[in-house]
Amino acid sequence: MELAFAVVIGALTASGVYLMLRARTFPVVVGLTMLSYGVNLFLFSSGRLATGGQPIIGSAETYSDPLPQALVLTAIVIGFAMTAFVVVLSLRSLADNDNDDHVNGRVPEQDSTPQDQEQEGANT
Amino acid sequence: MNHWLTAPILIPLIGGILQAFMGYAPIALRRTLAIATTVLMLVAAIVLLVLADDGSYRLYAFGNWQPPFGIVLVLDRLAALMLVMTAVLALFCHIYAIGGTDESSRQFHGLFLFQLLGLNIAFLTGDLFNLFVAFEVLLIASYGLLMHGEGTSRTVPGLHYVVLNLAGSAVFLIAVGMIYSVTGTLNMADLAIKIPQVAEENLPLVKAGGMMLLVVFGLKAAILPLCFWLPGAYSNATAPVAALFAVMTKVGIYAIIRVFTLIFGNQAGELASLGMDWLFPLALITLTMGVIGALGAASLRKLIAWQVIISVGTLLAAISFGTVAGTSAALFYLLNTTWVAGGLFLVADLVDGQRGSAQDKIVTAPRIANRTFLSVLFLMGAVAAVGLPPLSGFFAKLLILKSAVTESDVAWLWSVLLIGSFFTLIAYSRAGSIVFWRNVEGHIEEPQKLTPSLSVSASALISLSIVMVILAGPISRYAEDTAAQLHDTSAYTEILSKPMVGEEK
Repeated sequence: MELAFAVVIGALTASGVYLMLRARTFPVVVGLTMLSYGVNLFLFSSGRLATGGQPIIGSAETYSDPLPQALVLTAIVIGFAMTAFVVVLSLRSLADNDNDDHVNGRVPEQDSTPQDQEQEGANT
Repeated sequence: MNHWLTAPILIPLIGGILQAFMGYAPIALRRTLAIATTVLMLVAAIVLLVLADDGSYRLYAFGNWQPPFGIVLVLDRLAALMLVMTAVLALFCHIYAIGGTDESSRQFHGLFLFQLLGLNIAFLTGDLFNLFVAFEVLLIASYGLLMHGEGTSRTVPGLHYVVLNLAGSAVFLIAVGMIYSVTGTLNMADLAIKIPQVAEENLPLVKAGGMMLLVVFGLKAAILPLCFWLPGAYSNATAPVAALFAVMTKVGIYAIIRVFTLIFGNQAGELASLGMDWLFPLALITLTMGVIGALGAASLRKLIAWQVIISVGTLLAAISFGTVAGTSAALFYLLNTTWVAGGLFLVADLVDGQRGSAQDKIVTAPRIANRTFLSVLFLMGAVAAVGLPPLSGFFAKLLILKSAVTESDVAWLWSVLLIGSFFTLIAYSRAGSIVFWRNVEGHIEEPQKLTPSLSVSASALISLSIVMVILAGPISRYAEDTAAQLHDTSAYTEILSKPMVGEEK
């Protein structure tokens, strides 16, 4: 279970970081979301992984640590609100910059990859 | 248990909730209530300062849980100092805001008060996870405040600011998780006891967690590789917001002082002075970068935004020594630089209103209206920020220079700080002489009216640097006591053994 858990956290975080480094706002928002999923799972695992453990000492043989669960709940709520905000902000940025969804508000000057050119061609 | 400790949190919370429901109330009523809230908060902060000055730790445990199990608020000299500093700055920013800035959004006062709420929780909390929550509260309010105002110029810097801080929050959570997984606690006092006892094989995990905390606080404080978001965000924000944000970088610095003297301080065994050998060179490079930015600034707002970065570098250089002298010098400088940078942002906005289409750009333009008043304010602010006698910046920088002990520290700090100050002086005199003296033909049509709320709040913040000179004795005495209290961490950990109410018998 530990291995699978670690792989999932690693994959989520890596894709989150990769997407956050993209030039357009939509991948960045998705990247932030994936990063926060990875972080939430990581935080959850800081209380050690146990299946079927109750969060009360003495009620069973093993118990699971309740505090990380509380921390994760808080982090989920905060992360959800922040994601909602950043989505609205990206839409605002799109509207304010003449339908340009780049994080910088404009097309990077020398950095036009074939994909970008294709999309620009489609736009015009 | 001392219920006064909740006052700086409850006052802006209740005030902010009232404002949230009063979006359509008459603006005069909203303004009166908002200013009253900020004044009450200042009163509460001063009461706490007087309470804290006896040198003992005061504790407020939510739900009466014996620490380390619940969330605690801890009041000591440092927390009280930060509360008063924030409340004073906030009051004048708020007075400036009712001069017209608050008209463009119905929720301005609510956001402003929630921002103060987040700041106050961050200063008072004694729990690492609660510090994260406080950061989020102050950040989400700051996102709103940053966007406040007309026009589209704020969207892109705002988006950068939000995305960066969301990534920072993720790193913070990872660091918290790492530290919790080894120590099993997030209470700062309990961490101070548990960290020196960490087993050998777990040390790398805690070390990584500690360094990641430094990265997060460094992002908030705008240390060099993480500082490029600041000039864009601050120079595009409306004036009272930018002035209030002068305290936002100081939250990061507060967190560095608190966590890296209490938890990873000199008594932390294997992890003693974690990251401090990184901090000194980074601080000096930050300082240099700030000076270069200030020299190249194209507008007064940009110049002052880079001044904020210069002050961050100066502060962290003194803090990285990890000595009582260094910390107390940093605290004195902290007061000076926060108020003066806030005041300068307000002055830059006033200049903007008096120059027509030239705004606050450092270019020749027709003669500025109200030149004498504004140029004197700018001169005083610049003198205090650069650190020339007779204003408080000089004494603050002198204390910082004197706090360096070893020869290499002295050589590096003195050369970088003094040469940096010299070039900052050039940047300010260039900006001031072009804006105020070099005129072209023409006149300004309809300069902004200098209403009392605008001019009084800007000049009050700037003249605090004179007040600090007059009160230099008591303030530096308080700063020294604060530093001494910070470095004696054994007293902080005693709050764990304090009995709760009802168990005293």
